[in-house]
Amino acid sequence: MTKSHIKVTINGKAVEALVEPRTLLIHFLREQQNLTGAHIGCDTGHCGACTVDIDDMSVKSCMTFAVQADGASITTIEGMANADGTLSALQEGFRMMHGLQCGYCTPGMILRAHRLLQENPDPTEDEIRHGIAGNLCRCTGYVNIVKAIQYAAAKINGTPFQEAAE
Amino acid sequence: MIPGTFAYHRPTTIGSAVALLIELGEDARPLAGGHSLIPLMKTRLASPEHLIDLAGIDGLSGIARSDDDIVIGAMTTQHSLIGSSLLSELAPIIRETSLMIADPQIRYKGTIGGNCANGDPGNDMPALMQCLNARYALTGNEGSREVLARDFYLGAYETALAAGEILTAVRIPVPAAGHGYAYEKLKRKVGDYATAAAAVMITMAGDTCMSVSIGLTNVAETPLWAEEAGRLLVGTKLDEGSVASAVAAAEAITDPASDMRGPADYRTKMAGVMLRRALERARSRATA
Ligand SMILES: Cc1cc2nc3c(=O)[nH]c(=O)nc-3n(C[C@H](O)[C@H](O)[C@H](O)COP(=O)(O)OP(=O)(O)OC[C@H]3O[C@@H](n4cnc5c(N)ncnc54)[C@H](O)[C@@H]3O)c2cc1C
Repeated sequence: MTKSHIKVTINGKAVEALVEPRTLLIHFLREQQNLTGAHIGCDTGHCGACTVDIDDMSVKSCMTFAVQADGASITTIEGMANADGTLSALQEGFRMMHGLQCGYCTPGMILRAHRLLQENPDPTEDEIRHGIAGNLCRCTGYVNIVKAIQYAAAKINGTPFQEAAE
Repeated sequence: MIPGTFAYHRPTTIGSAVALLIELGEDARPLAGGHSLIPLMKTRLASPEHLIDLAGIDGLSGIARSDDDIVIGAMTTQHSLIGSSLLSELAPIIRETSLMIADPQIRYKGTIGGNCANGDPGNDMPALMQCLNARYALTGNEGSREVLARDFYLGAYETALAAGEILTAVRIPVPAAGHGYAYEKLKRKVGDYATAAAAVMITMAGDTCMSVSIGLTNVAETPLWAEEAGRLLVGTKLDEGSVASAVAAAEAITDPASDMRGPADYRTKMAGVMLRRALERARSRATA
């Protein structure tokens, strides 16, 4: 099968590559680009572990072909830290609030929470819970994930952080 | 899970997309958001040899009012439907329904055209489109035609779409001002397809029901427009007796499968419960 030539921007870097049309974006990122942060969880579009940001949309990269992303700008967890290498507000929030245990869902959670906060900088707890409805976590029970996102929102907005009720 | 091999095409006009579909025949399928098609390809339930991506065609997405219609381009995503102030104002049931489809990520990619053209009885848009009496604009190599959503669905994954045709837009008559609406969906968890769901649009004059339209999701091989159930309610005060006969009439046209969402008779009953709840909520939202 002839390969397609694609040009994408990944974490701010221009990338050109040849891909088989059937190559899923998650495989392109992990296997051709060595960006193994985004995970394959369920492989059926349910769990959200493979979530990346494509042109300002949260997308499940196991449900998208790499060719469909031709011309797009993609952000993965590897592109989430601040330019000076320090943790971004969301990453810091997950660390400070213990928003992860095994960590498998975390890259997808952070990418999804990133887009949520871009669209809704001061979400209620309910909006956070609905906003991450496409991301499954089997460890935390979500309580600390919600707190982590609230922590990040407060830090970005420069407002005091108020913990969600348990 | 890796799909079978295929060739990828990204035409830039509807004409060239149609020409490709005609030329490549049965081995070619349009690709919209891919969120119904790619799962089928990954499990090899579908193995098209050519995908015709509609994403490169200008003018296939957008939401606008045109005289008495709301026109929604086929490639408009569920995320855009939710964010549209025009829809929130004129037909908020579209936003309400979209918010019950899948999860945020899926809604950024899933399109109204894909959801309506797919033919999966589990999709939520088709019954809503029947409830709203939408028309589908289809373009093929003989030109364009319109088919009513109420006539479009022939069986599971069988629609009135002819070979080579593309659904380009959905046209919805602007609902009456002051109408009440509700989409009630029973699902096992967020992101699930419906065990049963009901869409209701209603107009009232005081206590009296002046018009009502009812669509049912995932309780037959096709979406269902519950015409008789609606007829039984017009002119009534939506009293318990009238609602009970409408619910019975709606349940009578269902023919659900027994599957992991429950046995057939349970799903039929749940269609009735969803209809009852939707009627109540729609009525409470109607003004005038
Ligand atoms: C985890 C998960 C949960 C989901 N939950 C729900 C749910 O609760 N409710 C629901 O309704 N949907 C649900 N979906 C499906 C989702 O909404 C799909 O996005 C939608 O059904 C199809 O839209 P699409 O744009 O992705 O179409 P695609 O997958 O690209 O296409 C679907 C089919 O329609 C054809 N097609 C697409 N566009 C056109 C067109 N313009 N003209 C002619 N043919 C066309 C394609 O050839 C294909 O056969 C879910 C999906 C996933 C992965």
